[in-house]
Amino acid sequence: MSAATLSPAGGTNVITNTLTIARRNLLHIKATPEQLVEMSIQPLMFLVLFVYVFGGAIFDSSREYLQFALPGILVQSVAFLPFTTAIALNVDFQRGVIDRFRSLPIARSAVIGGRILADGARIAWSIAIITGFAALLGFRFRGGVDGGIAAFVLVTAFGLTMCWPMAFIGITARTTESVNTWGFMIILPLTFASSAFVPTESMPGWLEAFANVNPVTAVIDSARELMLGTDVPGNPIVKAVLWMIAIQAVFAPLAIARYRRRV
Amino acid sequence: MSAIEAEGLVKTFDKGKVRALDGVDMVAREGTIFGLLGPNGAGKTTAIRVLSTLLMPDAGRASVGGYDVVRQPEQVRRIIGLTGQYAAVDELLSGQDNLFMIGRLLGIDASEARSRARELLVAFELADAATKFVKTYSGGMRRRLDLAASLVGRPRFLYLDEPTTGLDPRSRLELWGMIRSLVAEGTTVLLTTQYLEEADKLADEIVVIDHGRVIAAGTPAQLKTRVGGHVLQAQPADPADLPATEKVLAGLARDGDEPYTDGQLVSVRIDDRAALGQAVRRLDEEGIAIDDLSLRRPSLDEVFLTITGHLAEGEQDIQDEQERSRR
Repeated sequence: MSAATLSPAGGTNVITNTLTIARRNLLHIKATPEQLVEMSIQPLMFLVLFVYVFGGAIFDSSREYLQFALPGILVQSVAFLPFTTAIALNVDFQRGVIDRFRSLPIARSAVIGGRILADGARIAWSIAIITGFAALLGFRFRGGVDGGIAAFVLVTAFGLTMCWPMAFIGITARTTESVNTWGFMIILPLTFASSAFVPTESMPGWLEAFANVNPVTAVIDSARELMLGTDVPGNPIVKAVLWMIAIQAVFAPLAIARYRRRV
Repeated sequence: MSAIEAEGLVKTFDKGKVRALDGVDMVAREGTIFGLLGPNGAGKTTAIRVLSTLLMPDAGRASVGGYDVVRQPEQVRRIIGLTGQYAAVDELLSGQDNLFMIGRLLGIDASEARSRARELLVAFELADAATKFVKTYSGGMRRRLDLAASLVGRPRFLYLDEPTTGLDPRSRLELWGMIRSLVAEGTTVLLTTQYLEEADKLADEIVVIDHGRVIAAGTPAQLKTRVGGHVLQAQPADPADLPATEKVLAGLARDGDEPYTDGQLVSVRIDDRAALGQAVRRLDEEGIAIDDLSLRRPSLDEVFLTITGHLAEGEQDIQDEQERSRR
């Protein structure tokens, strides 16, 4: 080992730091292949089960139901991915990895930024797998390529938005068990009590009211409008964008404040 | 120049209810091993966290290499390496990827970061496991990787927070050797430990803290002299004789001192070496068979006991561990 006690050569910058941390988070997939299952196979399983189990009962044919349900399944899968963000952050705190990062001369935002960048990549991967598979099953992008791309962007943006509340839970909770509990308490009702699998009109009045204001419904309806080229009443895209801005405006500062304060 | 300086450091938790640091002063010289000694909860880790810019002190000031930890945290982070109480390495990366990542985060370019990682893996005998996930490493390997990770940027100051807690005696000795060679190369080490033996063997200077306050400071030899006298130890062949042995030794204790036992040995502090002969005679008169009788200079254990009025916690753990590993 060299005896020199030099300072590290060169400066550090936010972008390199963020990319390094994002790379680290993606490398974790190598050590935990179940993440790959969660990102790829699980959503496909959902897709097949929902379409072929409920399709015939809810709609006239599974093929028609596939057209209806794909945007819902897409958004639901994406809404669950930030769980990894929450749990990984929680574990990093518990194991002292965050302490190590903090003791290094790096931008503090790089830790959260790298996390979210990696999640963006995971989300994009999941969307590509699901829509690719759905196309094989017979899904048709009636909204055209532009609509498809716009939906892709919107759903990815929604996934990234959900990283913030989940990051907040991951940083605040003391144990990974409580991350799981709180995460499910929030994500499960949001994704099911929405327009993902059935039209909200079929729900009892109180649930329909909730489903109609649910941000997940707004995102799903927007994705439907864009992917299917149909007109969904109630300006879902405007609602979805406003919801995403609101969620980030509340949870990004909360998560960052918690991150700074947690010792 | 003083390498690490702290003056009147105060840090409270739980809205002031817990005073983790209650006015700590210390000065560590460059190129030495400075030991921060104290039982669990004494404030050692809090002190390390303040000195590594992870925590802001409520009052007082501290500087490392001339940089103030509150006003110049960025500069401080450039010259320190931190090895925490728990091996803070990424379990889901390989050893090599861990070190490479730290190198990149320190702003070292990719090829240099890679060669630095390789160099450290070899130096810490981890080359064979370089591409294995850290989750498959043993406790000793993790500690070595953790130490390697804190050395990637060739820090001038290395903080080791209880580096050998939970290690088997052999790994502990290996780690001690590595720490000594770093100091020989010019690194200043701030070491916290609850093991008196560790502080005694490694540290050039020691600060003993308890309940967030410095209760003693000096070299290990100075601290031992401060307590003075000798310690007489007797081990009865039959543990049932422990109370009787204690009674005999109590008669020889120096003023104001009482014998204490760990369940095998009875120890007592004496002023006069002549007490050894008296002990032999009196134990014989009482008919107590003795396996071991010895006279020695006080250990840091006794120093600690004298100063704090209680034995260092954790000292029992190290004995238990040594017991276990012997079997």
